[in-house]
This record gives sequence, structure tokens and C-alpha cells, in this order.
Amino acid sequence: MSAVTKEPATAVAPQAARDEGILGYLRGYGQKVRGGDMGALPAVLGLLVLCVVFGLARPVFLTAPNFANLLTQAGPVVVIAMGLVFVLLLGEIDLSAGYTSGVCAAVLAIMLTTHGYPWYVGVAAALATGLVIGLLLGFLVAKVGIPSFVVTLAAFLGFQGTVLWLLDEGTNISVRDSVIISLENEYLSPAVGWGLAAVTVLGFAAVQLIQQRNRRRRGLKADLWQVVAFRVIGLAVLVGFAVAILNQERSRNPLFSLKGVPIIVPVVGVLLLLWTFVLRRTAYGRHIYAVGGNKEAARRAGIAVDRIRISAFVICSSMAAVGGVLLASQARSVDPNTGGSNVLLYAVAAAVIGGTSLFGGKGRVLDAVLGGLVITMIINGMGLVGWSSAYKYIATGVVLLLAASVDAFSRRRAAASS
Amino acid sequence: MGTPLLELRGINKSFGPVQVLRDVAFTVQPGEVTALVGDNGAGKSTLVKCIGGIYPIDSGDYLIEGKQVSVHSPRDAAQLGVEIVYQDLALCDNLDIVQNMFLGRERRSGMILDEPTMEQLASETLASLSVRTVKSVRQQVSSLSGGQRQTVAIAKAVLWNSKLVILDEPTAALGVAQTAQVLELVRRLADNGLAVVLISHNMNDVFAVSDRIAALYLGRMAAQVKTTDVTHAQVVELITSGRSGALGLAEEGAAA
Repeated sequence: MSAVTKEPATAVAPQAARDEGILGYLRGYGQKVRGGDMGALPAVLGLLVLCVVFGLARPVFLTAPNFANLLTQAGPVVVIAMGLVFVLLLGEIDLSAGYTSGVCAAVLAIMLTTHGYPWYVGVAAALATGLVIGLLLGFLVAKVGIPSFVVTLAAFLGFQGTVLWLLDEGTNISVRDSVIISLENEYLSPAVGWGLAAVTVLGFAAVQLIQQRNRRRRGLKADLWQVVAFRVIGLAVLVGFAVAILNQERSRNPLFSLKGVPIIVPVVGVLLLLWTFVLRRTAYGRHIYAVGGNKEAARRAGIAVDRIRISAFVICSSMAAVGGVLLASQARSVDPNTGGSNVLLYAVAAAVIGGTSLFGGKGRVLDAVLGGLVITMIINGMGLVGWSSAYKYIATGVVLLLAASVDAFSRRRAAASS
Repeated sequence: MGTPLLELRGINKSFGPVQVLRDVAFTVQPGEVTALVGDNGAGKSTLVKCIGGIYPIDSGDYLIEGKQVSVHSPRDAAQLGVEIVYQDLALCDNLDIVQNMFLGRERRSGMILDEPTMEQLASETLASLSVRTVKSVRQQVSSLSGGQRQTVAIAKAVLWNSKLVILDEPTAALGVAQTAQVLELVRRLADNGLAVVLISHNMNDVFAVSDRIAALYLGRMAAQVKTTDVTHAQVVELITSGRSGALGLAEEGAAA
């Protein structure tokens, strides 16, 4: 029995037969992973390990209040990382994304608090600032031809100064607008939370079924129904579990209630859907991957490579602007440190840990979410365990290096297996 | 013989003071493989890039199916049904076969990529070329062998109802078995009615698949002959000295 299964797949015909059925699917997945295409696997394993380690060290880590904390804490990093995925897909880097979010947050705070505009004007101004910054960076990289590393390193310093200048050498502007504050500090009512969960799962199931039906109708090889069912049920269990926990009462004070899904969750969810759609289902997204994979091939295929590169920087800086709004909401104020210190490092680490390659051409928006959760768990868990800042910095640096090694390793694996 | 698919007459092309192509004439018949041979620097690549619209020609006539055309960009060439498969393949490793074949010309329904249609067309094209070496059209190109990549690059060129496919040294980097596979594919393209131009340094390949041989010598067309009318040695002579017996360029010393 074992002799049969261990026999190496030398003949071609049995190999084809093995591709059928559930086992074939699993075997195909195993081959993909061994070939260096690990996808979300490292991030998911990381999440599990961190849950076990910190859960054992500090049981409070695995409680409902801390879970809600984690999600709101992860918001800004995840959103900035989503933008970075676009730049990383091209094999470029944006070191200024952190301070871009700082500049945009400062613009928001000045519009809201100093000038008293409504929240939507403030957010529009912040987004416009991000867009202009992205155009500038993209132009310098694509048209002038300066390496993105240098452009954005210069911008990193420049924007740090810009934040100081906008905030009059270091004053702290508080943000009191209730809509902005609610982003990182309010929760959906339990019923709305369940409703959103249902819409998410049903929507996902519908999209999957339509896709598979379309493929069958054309006589193309469709996924096994078991695999589709597994995906849908898996998502349903995950979402249902999360909502059930988040809808528990978290307040220790009987006078006021604290429960529900943080508002940041659907905000991130919508951004995730939007950018995943753009990358996976539109020609523009396809061209981003193409430019990241082989710039010359993309150019010969008639793709306007420069325009694609500039647009990626625009998306990155605009998402940094959204991240800046979230940072302002989280702190309820903007100061010269907003978007500074390790925000950028966390965001890059999030994208890379999630599985986005630093070499370009490989990555998904979902990576930013998974990696952002891993990074936030590490920061949050180490805080609960009571480690000093010194250890936190060192540990975060080590995790980033580990993720980058996994990336480099899987790239070598992929090169060797072809 | 019918109208040639491609006919070039009196093509001149200079880069600054250097004249790379002088009064070049070149014809390609549909359903035939025309081998374009010549030593390094003879002007093969320049000629191909002129045909492909990457370089504008300085003077001369460019006729497709007997009609005078002007080609200023690769897009013009593509619209006329001219596709070039470059030596360095120009495939994206991180995309799958379908994505590569439709790169830059994706099928869409509204805003959304029409993946099923693209996958179907890619499969049909590969099947029409009797390509059986790829397991799935959803395989990433990085997982393919050199011969398979070449196959994908050729299939990509054929996908667009092209009439003329130009292959720039398609077998240069391949092993023996893979070379045979690709040559077989080249032959099949011509048998399907396409006009094929094969650039090669390898005389064995040239004699194995071509119907005609065009030899460039120092920017001039030394001779364009039927493959069955010449020997291996004669072609080598045409490549290295521009003439071989009665064939080729008139001896310059005699003319002077």
C-alpha cells in the first residue's frame, strides 16, 4: 500500500489520472507550495502560532475586547500596506508612504479643526493631497528615471519636514469630527454586523457559483464542487465566528454597553474588494502584473508602461492618505509623529509577510490584510506580555527579515523548479 | 506564382551616417517558410524591425498582398497581420499562458476581463497548432521549458489572425528534442497557410523547414533562392562573401 503511494510519478498517464478528484487537487496544491508558491500559507501559519504563543503567555490576548482592539489597531497599517502592494508589484518601493499618511492626516486636521469644514471636505482634501504626492513620486520615478528607492527616501525626509511645517513646528491638532472619530472608535450594532456577514458570505458564494457555471457552460475545466463548497463554508465559519465574538458584551461597566463589529472592518472590507477587483478582473490590473513581471514584454505588448508605473504610485499615496485619516481617527489628533516612526516599516512588513514579493510581479491585496494582522498581533501581544520598546523593535525587525527570506527563498524555489 | 504576401522593394535604412540596408528586395509567399540568413551585422534584425514597424524605413516600397502600405508602428504592423516573435520571447514569467497570449489585447465584457473566452481561444489556438506539450493553459510561464515557452510565444503571434509570422532565431537556446518540436511547429504554421519568416544561423534548421532562402550580405540582399536549388555550401558562401558562382551580388571589382 505504502509502496504504491510512495512511488515517484515518473509516467505521464498516471500523473494525469492523479489530477482528478479531491486528492488530486490537494496534491496540486502541495506541488505549488513545494515549487515556492506559498501564497497565504506563511501568514496564516504565523497567525495561528502567534495566537497559541501569546494566548498561552497572556490569556487576555485571546479575549473579545483584545480581538476588537487588534482589528482597530491593524486598520491604518493594513490600508497603507494595500497601497504599497501596488508599488511592490512593480518591483518598486515607496519609503515615504508613512509620512505621506502623516501629511494627509495633517491636511485633514487643519481642514476640520482649524477651518471648520465638514468631514467630507477634509477627507477629499486629504485624498487630493495623496493623489498629488503620488503623481509627483510616479513622475520622478517613471519619467525622470530616478530609482524609486531614492525618490521616496528623499520624500520620506521631505514629508517629515512638511508635517512639521503644516503643524507649526510641532503643535498637536485634535480631531473632534464625529464621523472621522467613529472610523476607528465606533462599532456596528450586532444586527448590522450579522447582516453584513450574511451579505459577505452570500455575495462570495454567488460570485463563485456564477464563475464556475460560466466555465462549465464553455466546456472549460471548472473547480470541483467540493473545493468551491469548502471555500464558501470556510469563509462562512470564519466570518460567523468573528462576528459572534465581536458581538459579545465587552464593557466591564454595566452602565454602558460596548459590543459589535468595529466600523473599520467593513471599511477595510470594501477597500479589499475594490482593489482585488481592480487587480484580478480588469485589464489595468493585469497590466500591473505584466509590468512587474517583465517590463520589456509589457512594452512590446503595447502597454503604456510609464502610465502604469505612475498610477501605481498614485494608488499607493492615495491609500496612504486613507491610512492617514484612520491614524487621525485612532489618535483623535494629529501630531508631527503621525505616520512616522515605524508605520511605514509595519506596512511594508505587512505586505511582505502576507506574501507580496519585494521583487515584483507577485502579490495580492489580501496579503496586506493577513500580513497586517500578523504584524499587529506581534505588537499587541508583546505589549501585553510587557516587553520593552527595545525588544519590540528588534522582534519586528526580525519578523520583517524572516518574511523577506521566505520571499527570497520561494523565488529561488520557483526559479529552480522551472 | 500568386501574389506574394509581403513584398519589399528598394528598402534603404540608415542610422546616422551608417547605411544598414541598401536597396533590399525581399518577398515572402503565403504557405511557405522563408529563411532569412546572414552573418552578424548583415542587417537581419534591422530588416525585421523595419517590417515590424519598430524602425521607419528611409525609402522603398512595402507591399502586403500586392497593396502598398505604410507601417509606422508595431500597431500598424499588427493590424496588417504581421507578428514578430523576438529572440528573448517577451513573455511575463509571473503570468499564465492565457494571460501572456492576450497581454495588451485582453478580451473584455464591459470593464471585466472575459477570462472564459480568452481561455477558450487560447486552448483552440494551441490545439490548432497540435501543441500537446503543455498540461494546462493556466500554467504559469515560469514553470515551462524553453521549447514550451517558444511554443507559447509562437501561438501568441498566431492568435491574432496574423498572415505573416517572423521568428527571430526560435531555436537558438533549445536542446535537440525541443528544436525538433519547434521546427515542426514552424512547418505547421506554413502548412496552415501562413507566411513564415525564419531567421536562423543554423543551416540544418534552415534546410529542414524552409522553402526559400534569402541571404543578406552587408546590408544587401545577396540572393533569394529556392531551398531545393542550392546546397549547404552555396548558402554558406552567400552568407560569408555575398556570392556563390552565378548566384549573388555581382563582383564589385568587375563592375568598376
